Amino acid sequence: MDMASHSAPPRAHHGILHRMMAKQAFWVTIAVFLIPIAMTLIEPSFSKAFWKEENFFNVTRNFAFIAIIALGQVTVMITGGIDLSVGSILAVSGIVLGLLMTNDYSFWVAAPAAIGAGVACGLFNGYLIAYLRLSPFVVTLGMLSIGRSLALAISNNKFFYQFGHDQKLLIELGGGKTFGLANPVIFLVALTLIMGFALRYTKWGRHLYAIGGNESAARLTGVPVDRLKLSVYVLSGFMTAISAILSVGWLGSVTNGIGLGYELRVIASTVIGGANLLGGEGGAYAAFIGAALIEVIRNSLLLAGVDPYWQGTFVGLFIILAVLLERLRGRKVD
Amino acid sequence: MALLELNGVSKHFGAIEALAGVDFHLEPGEIVGLMGDNGAGKSTLVKIVAGNFPPSAGEMKLEGRPVHFHKPVDARAAGIEVVYQDLALCNNLSASANVFLGREKMRRFGLLNLLDDRAMHERSRDLFAELKSETRPAEAVRSMSGGQRQAVAIARTHLSKAKIVLMDEPTAAISVRQVAEVLDLLRRLRDQGIALVLISHRMPDVFSVADRIVVMRRGHKVADKPIQESSPEEVTGLITGAIRAA
Repeated sequence: MDMASHSAPPRAHHGILHRMMAKQAFWVTIAVFLIPIAMTLIEPSFSKAFWKEENFFNVTRNFAFIAIIALGQVTVMITGGIDLSVGSILAVSGIVLGLLMTNDYSFWVAAPAAIGAGVACGLFNGYLIAYLRLSPFVVTLGMLSIGRSLALAISNNKFFYQFGHDQKLLIELGGGKTFGLANPVIFLVALTLIMGFALRYTKWGRHLYAIGGNESAARLTGVPVDRLKLSVYVLSGFMTAISAILSVGWLGSVTNGIGLGYELRVIASTVIGGANLLGGEGGAYAAFIGAALIEVIRNSLLLAGVDPYWQGTFVGLFIILAVLLERLRGRKVD
Repeated sequence: MALLELNGVSKHFGAIEALAGVDFHLEPGEIVGLMGDNGAGKSTLVKIVAGNFPPSAGEMKLEGRPVHFHKPVDARAAGIEVVYQDLALCNNLSASANVFLGREKMRRFGLLNLLDDRAMHERSRDLFAELKSETRPAEAVRSMSGGQRQAVAIARTHLSKAKIVLMDEPTAAISVRQVAEVLDLLRRLRDQGIALVLISHRMPDVFSVADRIVVMRRGHKVADKPIQESSPEEVTGLITGAIRAA
């Protein structure tokens, strides 16, 4: 019998600062600012290139595409699942958009079709995972292969760079700016606020965390577990399609190779931000700031003149550091 | 009239007879200790009452009316709550989020229907106060002691004004001091008129809180008597089969 627990139970910290410090995203936010400051101190020439409005514009835009997908991915991860197919879904949506617009369909037809394609892929994933109880890892791995192959088949391996009469609108949407921010960043900020709100203040959000915390308990208390699981994979497909539309607009072209390997960057973002592969942790801001950190590392190394071949090593080290940090704070001891 | 009445309830799983024509009744405001060895039929009996599966034969009456549960939710709607051995809590959520899980309080905000955490915290605080437990509504279950976790699980049953609470080994995995805390919780529930079924292997716990004892062996009920008329020695004999019936 356990005689050791006669000491008082650990007291909870209620201060705002304490609560913030308990969040991984808080430390990642600090790192996002600390890394360039440290680089500036070490290498004065770095500061000229980094602390420029133009670079800020580039950095924020670059991570927006990943972070928007990560907003969907993080809801999947909160339930304890994973979506490996986002890179391929991005390609399917992008190709559908490109193909329709090349054939002079209006943006207002092509964009909903691209979103429909992303949602359909999400429905396929979600149905198999939620209702046939297949493993998320395997199902989305299958979708990763199916999606990439569909993109090849639909595009017939062609390269789309002419987008018909709505070309201007598409290019402006993905490549233009509003209030000094790249348009994809505006989308990202709006979507982060909406997702943060939904996860924190709606029954849907509360129940996703419950599923990640203890799925059988959630089921016993009448939480509609299957329906909610379906919803997160659909949302992941939806967010990926939004990112696809913006990416194609920014790039000004689309090939079936778009989004190759994105699943790793997206999952890395959510894990760095504080999501946990076991579920129950993470949030919209985690997805946002995790993606931001990866881009800041990438950009800082580039501007500091470090050989780009080393980027993967640094990003990988930060992923491992993120998990280590979590362990050090003793979150998984319970 | 008994609060809950089971007449000749049997349950077969293929060729295995888990329950063989068991009669069982429960009165308001009593604690019944349900004892027996592994495989004696305790959990089968409890699962039938909790709506996990229907009996193969026999009838079940709640407040005199026959009832047929198909899902745990049916039993809950009828006022029967279960506190599972693992407590079925989400460690990553706060105490009040756990208490209200699946029946959250909401408030309208324009077109939106949002969680009303303040109301849930307040109600949880009242529930914990009623149970005289030092559990803070906003604290995550992860950082709580075994006794506090029990209080959260019990507060959940209390929320719905349950008539019957079935408890599966509530004292199995906690420290001595916390056992006393949990047994106090059970007495408080009884004093409020709730009927409790306590499944336990721990003889001292059963003898310190139960009013009546029911012993099962190999799917049969071998004893059902007031606790004062029994003794731990007799119960041990009944469980092992050294005493045939009492």
